[in-house]
Amino acid sequence: MPMAASEIEQLIKAAIPDAEIAIRDLAGDGDHYAARVVSKSFAGMSRIKQHQTVYSALGGRVGGELHALQLETAVPNTETISE
Amino acid sequence: MSDASSRIGEIVNANDIVLFMKGTALFPQCGFSSRAVAILDRLGAKYETVDVLQDPDVRQGIKEYSDWPTIPQLYVKGEFVGGSDIMMEMFESGELQQLVGAEA
Repeated sequence: MPMAASEIEQLIKAAIPDAEIAIRDLAGDGDHYAARVVSKSFAGMSRIKQHQTVYSALGGRVGGELHALQLETAVPNTETISE
Repeated sequence: MSDASSRIGEIVNANDIVLFMKGTALFPQCGFSSRAVAILDRLGAKYETVDVLQDPDVRQGIKEYSDWPTIPQLYVKGEFVGGSDIMMEMFESGELQQLVGAEA
C-alpha cells in the first residue's frame, strides 16, 4: 500500500520535532523511499538506536505498509556518534 | 521466550557472522539483502546466511528478536549489528571490516 512522502515526514516530525528530514521516492511508486533524518536528539545514541527511533516514529509501518525505507541518520554538523 | 526466538538465539550464538536475509547468498530475493551480501563478499568475510522466506516463524521472530522491523539483519559474535543501511555506513567508514575481522 503506497504512502506519501509527506505522510512519512509528518510522522517522523511528530516524534522527533527538531528533525531535518529529506525524503526521496526511489522508484516513483510510493513504496520505496530513502530518508535522511538529522536530529540533535540522536547524539549519544548508537546507529541501531537512531534507526529504531525513526522506525518507531513510523509506528510499525516499516517492513509492512512501507516496504522499503533506506535510512540514514545523523547528528547536525558532526559525525554520527556510534557508541 | 517463543520457539522461534530460542531457535534464532541458537543460530546467532552458533555462528560468528550470520546474515538473516531473503533468499540465499547466490540468489538474494530482495535488493536490500543483495546489498548486504555484496558488502560481506567485498570484505571477504566468511558468513552463514538464513533464508527467512523458508520459515515464516523465523521471518516474524527475527523482527521481534532485535526489535528491528526489516530484513536483512546482520549478527556478529552474537550481537545485532544492523540492517543493510547501517552495514553500508560501517563498510564505508571501515568499521565493518574491523568488526568482521576480514583482511580484504
